[in-house]
Amino acid sequence: MIDVIDLRKSYGRLEVLKGITVTIKEGEKIAIIGPSGSGKSTFLRCLNCLEDPTGGSIIFEGVDIADMRVDINIHRRHMGMVFQQFNLFNNKTVIDNIMLAPVHTGISDLRKKKIKNFFIRIRNLFAKNKKPLYEINTTPSKIKEEARVNAMRLLRRIGLEDKANAYPSTLSGGQKQRIAIIRALAMNPKVMLFDEPTSALDPEMVGEVLELIKQVADEGMTMVIVTHEMGFAREVATRVLFMDEGRIVEDNTPEEIFTNPQNPRTREFLSKVL
Amino acid sequence: MGSFEKKLIKFWEIFYERGGYTKVLTGLRNTAYIAVAGLVIGIIIGTIIAVIEVFPKYKRLPRILNRFCSFYVGLFRGSPIVVQLLVAYYVVLPLLGINIPPLNVCVLVFGLNSGAYVSEIMRGGILSVDPGQMEAGRALGLSYGTTMLKIVVPQAVKNILPTLGNEFIALIKETSVVSFVGAADLYVAFNYIGTNSYEFMVPYLVMAVIYIVMVMIIALLVRIMERSLRKSDRRN
Repeated sequence: MIDVIDLRKSYGRLEVLKGITVTIKEGEKIAIIGPSGSGKSTFLRCLNCLEDPTGGSIIFEGVDIADMRVDINIHRRHMGMVFQQFNLFNNKTVIDNIMLAPVHTGISDLRKKKIKNFFIRIRNLFAKNKKPLYEINTTPSKIKEEARVNAMRLLRRIGLEDKANAYPSTLSGGQKQRIAIIRALAMNPKVMLFDEPTSALDPEMVGEVLELIKQVADEGMTMVIVTHEMGFAREVATRVLFMDEGRIVEDNTPEEIFTNPQNPRTREFLSKVL
Repeated sequence: MGSFEKKLIKFWEIFYERGGYTKVLTGLRNTAYIAVAGLVIGIIIGTIIAVIEVFPKYKRLPRILNRFCSFYVGLFRGSPIVVQLLVAYYVVLPLLGINIPPLNVCVLVFGLNSGAYVSEIMRGGILSVDPGQMEAGRALGLSYGTTMLKIVVPQAVKNILPTLGNEFIALIKETSVVSFVGAADLYVAFNYIGTNSYEFMVPYLVMAVIYIVMVMIIALLVRIMERSLRKSDRRN
């Protein structure tokens, strides 16, 4: 699903990612662990080009999204991302947070189709071989209504439907992060990227967020999770990558990595955190 | 005290009985029109410039635009507004062969001038918004422009509203120079009353009071607006 080939990223002269090659298959849940400064987060942020890679390629559904000429916005719609700091839109209510992206992308697609249809109609006036028009079977209000229904369904799922019209500043960290997760889910992504989703939470809120992530994982979502929760990685992941100094040092199943680490650096790291 | 009373009576005669108040109302309307329209133009221009200035500059086009924007800001911050008015009205427009009424020239110049100031205010506001907001928008597949317009700028405006109110107040007061190019504002109206009654004490005093009251009302409106925008914060 995602093929990462020799991915490199440098900030000035500092090389953070020194050539990462990894293949992420559909349905896999990949946990990335490693000491701080090893490039875990940078790697994750390169996957949806929040950081532009300085070298290598990322093939997502057959398209190299590391190429600057590709319209990254279209591909990002299929990659949900959850941040350490939640990053809910502070000026929008919870329901607007969830609805914003589906409604906006839906309406702008509709507008593009209408514009294309307009030009096809003009062309059809003069050309002999008539081109078919794009099918339009929705309206902006319909898109909004569908997004609202979907958002309420997702909110009900996490039991926060009574917070639909609240602003993010009135919510707890755990609530914010769960809403951030369903905000990403509302776009029906093909892969979810989690950047240390529980690191900014109070200890008693970690459980509820991990529980939701686990549910999403059980539904078969492809996931890449950067995490410090070793127990969670072991339980949910189907594959664990250990990163150190900008490289993937070890890539194996969780059982193997946690019980029988091959690399000395993996062993050292795990002995410190476990 | 007797002479002051006489002055008041004289002022009232010109102001009320000989129709001076219509001039004052026109002046008030023009002052408000120039300030409001100027601020609207200023906010639009300022926002565009601020967005260009914070746009990441990997490519050529943003860099060229940025150069142009700093030139513009330097130009309009570098000279007094009176000079800009005079140059616009007596130099630029005649050279271009365009004939616009003085009032509209004033709106244009005040808009361009306040655009330069608002751009810096707005840039500060945009930089004060957590970069995570932009990242979250981009990660959802929204474009830079959309995220800027729907997420970052509204939050920036909330942060800069007090400063923007300041800018509006400054603009109102600066409009008192538009008579240089022959636009009729409050000063022109009260000057008319003064010259007709050969007596300037009361008209100018009333003018000062009108300005102060106007500014106080605006300050109050800004407060109310701020409060309504702050409803997404817990602290209110």
